[in-house]
Formats: sequence, structure tokens, C-alpha cells
Amino acid sequence: MYTAADLRKGLKITIDNEPYIITHFDFAKPGKGQALYRTKMKNMITGSTLDRTYRSGETFEPANLEDRVMQYLYKEDDHYCFMDNTTFEQIHISEDAMGDAKNYLIDNLQVDVLLFREKAIGVDVPNFVNLRVVQTDPWVKGDTSGSDSKPATVETGYVLRVPPFIEEGELITIDTRTGEYSTRVKG
Amino acid sequence: MFFQEKGYLEVETPFRIPAPAPEAQIDAIPSDGWFLQTSPELCMKRLLAAGYPRIFQICRCWRAGERGSRHLSEFTMLEWYRAEADYRDLMDETEEMVRAAAGIDSITYRGEKIDLSLPWERVTVRDAFLRHTDTTAEAALAAGTFDEVMVEAIEPRLGIGRPTFIYDYPASCSALARLNAEDPSVAERFELYLGGLEIANAFSELIDPIEQRARFVAEAAQRASDGKQGYPMPEKFLAALADMPEAAGIALGLDRLVMVLLDAGSIDDVVAFTTEEL
Repeated sequence: MYTAADLRKGLKITIDNEPYIITHFDFAKPGKGQALYRTKMKNMITGSTLDRTYRSGETFEPANLEDRVMQYLYKEDDHYCFMDNTTFEQIHISEDAMGDAKNYLIDNLQVDVLLFREKAIGVDVPNFVNLRVVQTDPWVKGDTSGSDSKPATVETGYVLRVPPFIEEGELITIDTRTGEYSTRVKG
Repeated sequence: MFFQEKGYLEVETPFRIPAPAPEAQIDAIPSDGWFLQTSPELCMKRLLAAGYPRIFQICRCWRAGERGSRHLSEFTMLEWYRAEADYRDLMDETEEMVRAAAGIDSITYRGEKIDLSLPWERVTVRDAFLRHTDTTAEAALAAGTFDEVMVEAIEPRLGIGRPTFIYDYPASCSALARLNAEDPSVAERFELYLGGLEIANAFSELIDPIEQRARFVAEAAQRASDGKQGYPMPEKFLAALADMPEAAGIALGLDRLVMVLLDAGSIDDVVAFTTEEL
């Protein structure tokens, strides 16, 4: 159990059975008055934010989150199947909980799965992943339209803008934090 | 220099004391059976009672559990006490002191200009509630939300554009201050704000030992009902109070004043080492 005095930025607590991370914290104490603990929090499942002010003596249940390294196996209906690398246990994660991570899932990709009370609430993929371009229009030499990028579809179905010189079948690196093209993988 | 020119004597009093003032909301750090001072107030008032009419001190104080962008558990306090003066005299003197420390007529804090030329704003707590909130000080006190309203709705609007003295606090918020003779529902206490930051707390001192003891008993009872550590009654201070002249005293957070003068957003920026860096 945490008390108000334990509150600080980055602490994870449970409110109404949902995990929250404290994104802003400050201690306030008006002259001769009582201590007030002012927080802004983010719901770790829905991403919604909350402003709350607490007083000394209030208590909080920690949000016990577990981080597990897992490997992507396959997709089934609207669920994604992963396997724990150490226990070989398999779990299913809903499309909602996947967030943008679903754009980068190729077979055997290693990801960090965040679990709250045994339920997956988030998936972290590596910052950079290499994906093959399966569809993009060819670069027309002498194109004078001035466009410096074009759409491309990669093997996961994700569509992004790439430079004109990228051709179908090429491997590209994508920055998963922004979802943008990073570089072409040579060879 | 400022204080020497005004005839103040610099004093030193012990940091480690057996009996801090039993205030409900201020927690002392225990030290080998005694306590680290939360303020030099009680010892300095004993010096007033002993016949030193103008005294000042810059010293370290400690308050348990206080840490944030404006709080350090160990911080530097400037306190001064003046016999035969009241809180209004101290408002004037505080204006002079801060203006002397700044050395210029206008400063910028967090992108907002603060004009230090006189006069500074003086507003009662009652009027500040009327001006900045849709409740009253009395209603907020009754609802137990006085401090929240102060922090969220009022403090950020004090000392903007020019410094603000907010004064005449509800009697229940002022354990060591004299009540106003014309309106005993308020105490002769003020706080100084610059740029939304609380800089100093001052009052016309309560010098009636019987009244002071009753207030301490009430504060101690509040501490007990909040499950907080009790302190021994500061008997030697209460005994000295009978000899204390009419006086006013002020406690000014020196780190906070430096924050404002140097345009620092966090108290961490004005000390060499924070608690976490030790």
C-alpha cells in the first residue's frame, strides 16, 4: 500500500480497478495549511487523463504490472497470439490492446508485453523494425510533380510514406515510435 | 546590511530543540529524542522577552515530508522580530527588504513581469476569496476545503504583476498570531506572494501566555486526532511569553526569494544539493 507521501512522477497506482501512471506530481502546502499532493495521471489502458489532489494519510493500492518478453506467433480473428519466451505459455491479446504495435508484427518478432492482473494491456515493439514493401508504385524517372514521397504497403498491411526510390520487394526500416520510414536496408 | 542599518541584531539559536511549537500541520524531524527546528520562532521570541527589541537570523529549518518543486525538507529561513510593531509595520519593512534584495524596480518571473515599485497590493483573505472564487473563506473552512481553494484558485493569482500581501487570516489558521481587536474572527497575519509563490509568513505576535497555551492544546489535540507525533509542551517559551513586549515577526523562505529573483522554476535550481542528490 502506498500513502500520499509516496506519490511521485512515474508511480503506478490502481484507481477504480484500473492502473494509472502519475505523469505530473507536485507537493503543495499553503502557509500553515495542510499538505496537498497534486497529481496528473494517465490511465494505462485507455490513455485518458485524470487530475487529482490528495491529502496526507490517503492510501493507494499499487498497480502491479508485469513486463514479459514474448514472441509473436500468429493472428486469429481479432486476436493476436504470443508465446512467453521462458515459460512457453501462450496468450491472446485483443486488437484494441495492441495499439499501433499491430502494424509491425511479423512472425517471431520479440515484443515486451505489459500485463495488469494477468491481462495484457500493452505491447511494446522494438524502436526499429525491418519490413518488406509489398506494394508501391514504381518511380517514374523525370517525374516533375515535385513529390518527395509516395505511399507504400508493407507485409503487415501497414501503409506509410516512403521516398520515391523505394521499390516493391525492398526491405525498409520503420521507426515504430513515429510510424515513419527511417531508412532502406541494403542487400 | 539592511538589518544592521535598521538596528537589528543578528542572533543564533539552537537548531536542535526539545519542544517545537505544536502546530497541527507542521511536522518536525526527530533528532536523538529532541527535534530539528521547523522555525527558530520560539527561541527568538524568548530573546525578545529577554530584552532584545530587534533581532534577525538566517538559519536552516527542517520539516518532515515536505518535498516538491517549491519545498525542500531542509531549507533556509530568514526570520526577523521587532518589538513595539504590528503586522502592518512589517508589511512596510518587508517591502523595503525585498526591494533592497532585488536592487531593481522590476523583475521577470516565469515570463511574467513583477513591478516591485510601491505600493504593493494588499488584499484580505476574505476579499481574495470573493475576487478569485465562487465560495467564501468561511464556507471553505466549514467544508474543509480552505487549503485546496487557496492552492488551486487563489495562490496562482497572487503576486502577479506586482507583489501581494494577503492578510487577516481566519483565526483557526494562525496558532501563534494575535487576533484582530476589531474583528476577532481573523488573526493579524499576512503572507507575501510574488509570481504565485508564497515567500513569507508574518504576524502580530500573540503574547498572552494563557491564550497561547490554549491554542497549543487545541493544535496538539488536532495532531493527536490526525495520528501525528505529539511534542512536549514548550513550557519555557510559555513562561517567557509573560515578559514579551508587543511585537511582530516574519519568517521568509530565502530559497523561494532567490527563486523569484533568479527566475528559477524549481527550488532544486537554487541549492547545491537536493535531498535526492545526497
